[in-house]
Amino acid sequence: MEKKDVIIVGGGPAGLAAAVELYEKGITDILILEREKHLGGILRQCIHDGFGLTRFKTTLSGPEYAQRFIDQVLEKQIPCLTDTTVLEVSQDKVVTAASRDGMMQFQAKAVILTMGCRERTRGALAIPGERPAGVFTAGVAQAYMNLYNRMPAKEVVILGSGDIGMIMARRLTLEGAHVQAVFEVQPIPSGLPRNIEQCLNDYNIPLYLSHTVTDIHGNSRLTGVTVSQVDEKMRPIPGTEKEYACDTLILSVGLIPENELSIDAGVRLDNRTRGALVDEHFQTSVEGIFAAGNVLHVHDLVDFVSMEAERLADSAAEYVKNGSLEECPLEIGTDANIGHTIPQRISGRRDVTLSMRVRGVFKNCRIVVRQNGVEIAAKKMKKALPAEMIQIPLKADRIGENGKLEVSVEC
Amino acid sequence: MLKEFTCIICPNGCEIEAEIADGKILSLEGAACPKGEAYVRQELTDPQRNIATSVLVRGGVLPLASVRLTSPVPKARIFDVMEEIRKITVDAPVKAGTVLVKGVLGYDSDVIVTKSVEKR
Repeated sequence: MEKKDVIIVGGGPAGLAAAVELYEKGITDILILEREKHLGGILRQCIHDGFGLTRFKTTLSGPEYAQRFIDQVLEKQIPCLTDTTVLEVSQDKVVTAASRDGMMQFQAKAVILTMGCRERTRGALAIPGERPAGVFTAGVAQAYMNLYNRMPAKEVVILGSGDIGMIMARRLTLEGAHVQAVFEVQPIPSGLPRNIEQCLNDYNIPLYLSHTVTDIHGNSRLTGVTVSQVDEKMRPIPGTEKEYACDTLILSVGLIPENELSIDAGVRLDNRTRGALVDEHFQTSVEGIFAAGNVLHVHDLVDFVSMEAERLADSAAEYVKNGSLEECPLEIGTDANIGHTIPQRISGRRDVTLSMRVRGVFKNCRIVVRQNGVEIAAKKMKKALPAEMIQIPLKADRIGENGKLEVSVEC
Repeated sequence: MLKEFTCIICPNGCEIEAEIADGKILSLEGAACPKGEAYVRQELTDPQRNIATSVLVRGGVLPLASVRLTSPVPKARIFDVMEEIRKITVDAPVKAGTVLVKGVLGYDSDVIVTKSVEKR
């Protein structure tokens, strides 16, 4: 069986950034496996701009952002196989993949999981009604329009206020479709405020909070949807039904880390993020298997995906060179207002950045990290939203050797 | 008059409250950086936006090459700019960074390719 120092599963923004950084750290016996024909992942269809402000200090479209990493992969001649699907990653780091050339197997010292995430579908929401054509997730509509030159809609209703849904509201409008409204079941938008402004308000597309689609009509093609208001427990309120005639329903109702390979490898998941439990090295519960990017937790900005993968690569390089990494005995807990943290465990001996999301809207609050009741880090926030990932740096010299860390919101 | 703005310059999306009289900013609160004030000033006089779309590619491995503007244009002209871009078809290979229209509709903004498409 062919041996490799590192196998990277997925050639999107996380996998590419990890590959380039590994090379810079002197680990060159690596291989990127990508199931699509081209590298770049989902960025290939995200043609809007706004990427790269943090990582490159300039605003780029998705394809341009991806190309910056692809250019480095090509320049460094980092080996990659496209059109190649990984079928299995085993606990002892044997990676099995398939392509047109047949099956292949590699024994890796370390495996980096960067498979990204997938969209929640109508099935996951269990929306009642008929099953006509014309119900798409936002990413599928985006692929039709931006990759395949197919216009999927004329009269549109959007369910869910995720960022991709709002970006598609604008994209569809620019191409001549009529977007009637965006409905969000929660009382707060799930996407970023700037997208509400530049994708909806700019084009006079109304956003209705606490509303959801409760029926789908149409035989071969969608003819309309029924929309209802929901109560505080998100249950439809009888008598509030309204009919919207449309040929297309776009769903932007959440993203789920794509962890089927991880589960088969024995990697333990966090049921809050639906990604792996990781320590500060981005190492999962299986030694030598690492995860970063949207497969670990869904990000709102690709810049942070790349930067997370680069930090992962630094640790993976250390692991390949030394055969082990520093133990991470300190657990990180959260109060009810914090959804999760990444990582979930740290060593306490190195500076580390915690990524997290709040579970509601908090104004003029502090996000506080305590150990044994003592405050070791805090961040003041004018407004904390679930749509925005929050990062708090921890300094090693403030962290004690023992005792669980607790993250909480204080108003 | 108190007016609220959501700054779109970066993902922070600052919520800015500005006291406006006769189209002038008297006071401004909520911007995390100086770009916020510049954005509000621009919104009051001449709102500007960038747009991204695609052009047709003849003989390429992909049917489309994505494009964007190098700088924003007046918001009211977005659909006119879309109309201009829709007229364009390019022959593969096309390289990212190629300028397809210099100074679209007379504005100081070019239409550039953002995705390279190889020949089929």
